[in-house]
Amino acid sequence: MSIKDAAQAVMKKAVQAAPDAWMPGSELDPLIRQKHGLIGTPVSRLDGPQKVSGAAQFAAEFPMDNMAYAALKYSTIAKGRIKELDTATAEAAPGVDLVMTYRNALRMKPAPPFMSSAKAAGGDDLPIMQDEEIHWNGQPIALVLAETQEQADYATSLIRVTYETEPAVTVFEDAKANAEVGIFQGQPLHVETGDAEASLKSAPHNIDVVYTTPRHSHNPIELHAVTVGWEGDNLRVHDASQGVAHTAWSLAQVFDLAEEQIHVTSPYVGGGFGSKTLWQHHILAAAASKLAGRPVRLMLSREGVYRIVGGRTRTEQRVAIGAQADGGFDALIQTGTVAMGRHNNMPEPFILPAMAAYNSGSFLLRVEAARMDMLSNTFMRAPGEAVGTFALECGVDELAENLGMDPIELRSRNEPEKDPTSGAPFSSRHIVEAYRTGAKRFGWAERRAKPGTHRDGEWLIGMGCATATYPYYRMPGGAARITLTKDGRATVEIAAHEMGMGTSTTHTMVTADRLGLGMECVTVKYGDSHFPGVVLAGGSQQTASIGASVSAAHRELVTELLKVAGKDSPLPGLDADEVIGLDGHLCQSDKPGRRESYVSLMARSGRDEITVEANAPPPLEATHWSMHSHGAMFCEVRVNAVTGETRVSRFLGSFDCGRILNPKTAASQFRGGIIMGLGLALMEETQFDERSGRVMNPSLADYHVPVHLDVPKIDIIWTDIPDPHAPMGAHGIGEIGITGVGAAVANAVYNATGKRVRDLPITLDKTM
Amino acid sequence: MNNFTYARAVDTADAVRQGAAVDAKYLGGGTNLVDLMRETLERPSALVDVTGLSSAITEQVDGSLLIGAAAKNTAAAEHIAVRTRYPVLARAILAGASGQIRNMATVGGNLLQRTRCPYFYDQDGSRCNKRSPGQGCDAIEGFNRIHAILGAPSACVATHPSDMCVALAALGAMVHIAGPDGQRTIDFADLHVLPGEHPELETTLRPGELITAVELPAVPFARQSAYRKVRDRASYAFALISVAAAIDIDNGVVRDMRLALGGVAHKPWRALKLEAALKGQPATPENFLAAAELELADAKPLTHNAFKIELARRTIVAVLAELTGEIA
Ligand SMILES: Cc1cc2nc3c(=O)[nH]c(=O)nc-3n(C[C@H](O)[C@H](O)[C@H](O)COP(=O)(O)OP(=O)(O)OC[C@H]3O[C@@H](n4cnc5c(N)ncnc54)[C@H](O)[C@@H]3O)c2cc1C
Repeated sequence: MSIKDAAQAVMKKAVQAAPDAWMPGSELDPLIRQKHGLIGTPVSRLDGPQKVSGAAQFAAEFPMDNMAYAALKYSTIAKGRIKELDTATAEAAPGVDLVMTYRNALRMKPAPPFMSSAKAAGGDDLPIMQDEEIHWNGQPIALVLAETQEQADYATSLIRVTYETEPAVTVFEDAKANAEVGIFQGQPLHVETGDAEASLKSAPHNIDVVYTTPRHSHNPIELHAVTVGWEGDNLRVHDASQGVAHTAWSLAQVFDLAEEQIHVTSPYVGGGFGSKTLWQHHILAAAASKLAGRPVRLMLSREGVYRIVGGRTRTEQRVAIGAQADGGFDALIQTGTVAMGRHNNMPEPFILPAMAAYNSGSFLLRVEAARMDMLSNTFMRAPGEAVGTFALECGVDELAENLGMDPIELRSRNEPEKDPTSGAPFSSRHIVEAYRTGAKRFGWAERRAKPGTHRDGEWLIGMGCATATYPYYRMPGGAARITLTKDGRATVEIAAHEMGMGTSTTHTMVTADRLGLGMECVTVKYGDSHFPGVVLAGGSQQTASIGASVSAAHRELVTELLKVAGKDSPLPGLDADEVIGLDGHLCQSDKPGRRESYVSLMARSGRDEITVEANAPPPLEATHWSMHSHGAMFCEVRVNAVTGETRVSRFLGSFDCGRILNPKTAASQFRGGIIMGLGLALMEETQFDERSGRVMNPSLADYHVPVHLDVPKIDIIWTDIPDPHAPMGAHGIGEIGITGVGAAVANAVYNATGKRVRDLPITLDKTM
Repeated sequence: MNNFTYARAVDTADAVRQGAAVDAKYLGGGTNLVDLMRETLERPSALVDVTGLSSAITEQVDGSLLIGAAAKNTAAAEHIAVRTRYPVLARAILAGASGQIRNMATVGGNLLQRTRCPYFYDQDGSRCNKRSPGQGCDAIEGFNRIHAILGAPSACVATHPSDMCVALAALGAMVHIAGPDGQRTIDFADLHVLPGEHPELETTLRPGELITAVELPAVPFARQSAYRKVRDRASYAFALISVAAAIDIDNGVVRDMRLALGGVAHKPWRALKLEAALKGQPATPENFLAAAELELADAKPLTHNAFKIELARRTIVAVLAELTGEIA
């Protein structure tokens, strides 16, 4: 462990031991008590009309004067060096302005890789088009710039290249020999309490099995794209981004500029899921733009996304549980290996769910990463949890079968009172309640415990359930600016992101409630690296981060307003904690009759507008308390006894994710996550040819995701119990929907057929 | 750019005249050809748009049904004669692609769509004997879950991806052709070929030949026919295995029948051995299974598609059981 890691570990202990009162979240957000505002009402996306009418501009739609179009040529070997690279024909092709290769590219530094520092956003730390070295099959080796996209695409096909290949590790079984424990967020992915192996052996009941999950590629419907242009030494970037501040800072490191010289905006994003961070196309586009002296648009082809944007890596997970006859766990073991690129650090942390899900007498949880010569893997919706819950929750189902116990009952018998591995108290945990209401609504009581006994013609019918879980995160760096104008309107500015989740709508609602204004009086501006805050749309943390930032700025604003109010106002001598916003007024919280309108307060100030800015407090609450979202997933499948085809016929997600801010957009997030989970369960798989390290299905025709006919009616319910320690009482909900789905489907398939499929995806050859 | 000319053909003679140019290609709905041009797998010098030629679907005096090659897939599937007299064809068409694609795609183009083997598509990074004869085949030991099990493939294990063609194979359709040397009509079974050592050759069409129509012979018992497609998701996926069948039962005995398989070979696979074995035999599940096994006796699995043999066996039996159950 490094000194930095050790210091972090000490800090963590101190924060856990500190009194509650020192923590952010020790006092209830006043919005939690307020029951009559916009929060909790279904509000349609404010940007819906722009999107459906085509008025919303995405990254590849911003025009720039004299702009050229770029296309990339990718390597076809996994490791080695370029021997010959003939670009002459491409250069002579119609419309071609520039062919950039390692020979003529600017000297640039590698991108700072994700998690290497607070604002690092790079997929890896490799040099970008700086030399002849090839590090993965699909690496960009040339960029063509032309007057039209078609000319650029065509000219790439004229580039001739030969390679000197070197031995590459592209076979997972070979890579496993050199696997090492993964380090995630500064901590080794290794948890050990008691002697789990011994307890497993001595337990009267146990299961000990291996699950595998394949690689997944990112497929947001909007392709990764940038439109960039230099204005002197300043770089303008129209991006599709889930981290504008991160991208600006990281690009500044690459080009040796000050952060402010890079301006990244991203008003609309057509899906991110963890993929819309910084990849080579940003850097290559900016470098080509500099070289050609003109703005550049680089939109990856779908194939390009598969070749240069990392995805979820493959995992092999052993789950072993030892239990007493009453179901109590003596040992919980989840260990295994994941594939990882050589130049990134993302050891898919599949043990995260097991760290807080169940009580157990002993734990052994460990992730080892096996380095391979492949595209750097990265975050994909619920990294760790999506595949970790598949193995863990199938394991629990297998144990329940072994014990002859209902799987929900088994889970509730192992329900912990406090975090079983960190010892921290839970901030809010109502999973048993979620199971109870979910089971009732789904008709779980109708499930036949004996598998393979429910048949309708050729179709075998079964039900399964699984726990969904995702941590509450809030990352450091949150900050926001609020401007109140004399007509009583407020504008929030924060470098946050709207990728279709409904963030901008929801935070317009929340800010309106906080200020006591109607939504029409509040504007939330986001997606601009020049705005305050370092707010990643990742880890489902945006909601908390924006909430805490706006809440801090709001406090500043109220303090300022009370100052200008002076003695003549109805609110003399009150401080920010003693007032609330209501109906366009600031009011004394316990005597709402004493109030003054914003318009009148502004008039009193004699100013046209007041602008305040504040930082969110450091996110200590997430260490002091064990904070997680939960859900109970219920699935009914029909498996064809003749052909093995699996069709999901019903699905229910019962969630416990704090207070639900906007039921409409929340339900869409949950449903979307579940649909993606159905893909994970039944069809998604990146075909990585281990002979060449090449992805063989880089298209939506060959890489299967669910189509409409694969998606049944999905019922969504939630507890709506606020987390007292979270801003607004709310948790981010973007990722939890995909967790538990794989296991719920697999467990249902088992219940239908008596076949345990431990290897995703559950294709028909495994069930027939 | 790969420059090409584009012209609409006004009639068959005009099309054939234009189609005689070197590297000319007929253009139907373009749902396959244009994709392949984007991938630079096809580099025609001239596109002769044949969507304006006959798209008529007409019942002829001898009871056969003539479908103009320019008929859209959707129009063919919706035609009342197709739906009532050849339900197997309507269902096969509707099992393919998506509504939008079927609205664009023509019957002629559907016949000549090319394989979906990923190694064929990966021009930059993979070897393919179909694309570059003699180069080698990366599919044989690569991802070959969707590849062939029948037809003794050695140089190429690709499959023909069409659903419609499986029904046409079962129905014993005829293909009307016009070319520089005049018109001819061939059995559908003779249109596509097995790969042998020349997988780059996919049909027996001669250079410049145009498909003008598909003719379905009168097969009275095809009113009881079915198509079943087994695939990796509920829609919008190519067949792993598909079965097109029609059967005529007299007193529990198979008087006549037709059966073809999709997803198994370089061409739509008419199951002649199975048909011969069943004709005159009692229509029982045991006989269906025995005949399916006979048909599949020569099947050779690749590394990832052994399941297809069992899947084909089961699907054949299920389809025949369903059809005979319906009749009984
Ligand atoms: C995403 C996707 C999914 C699909 N899924 C399925 C599926 O599940 N099942 C299925 O069966 N199909 C599927 N298809 C394929 C689809 O059926 C074919 O693309 C379509 O039938 C081709 O018809 P077209 O008229 O567009 O042909 P074109 O693309 O125009 O032409 C195809 C070929 O036929 C030649 N041609 C066209 N007309 C004639 C003629 N009259 N005479 C001689 N040559 C001619 C062309 O030169 C070209 O070589 C899918 C396609 C896509 C894009």
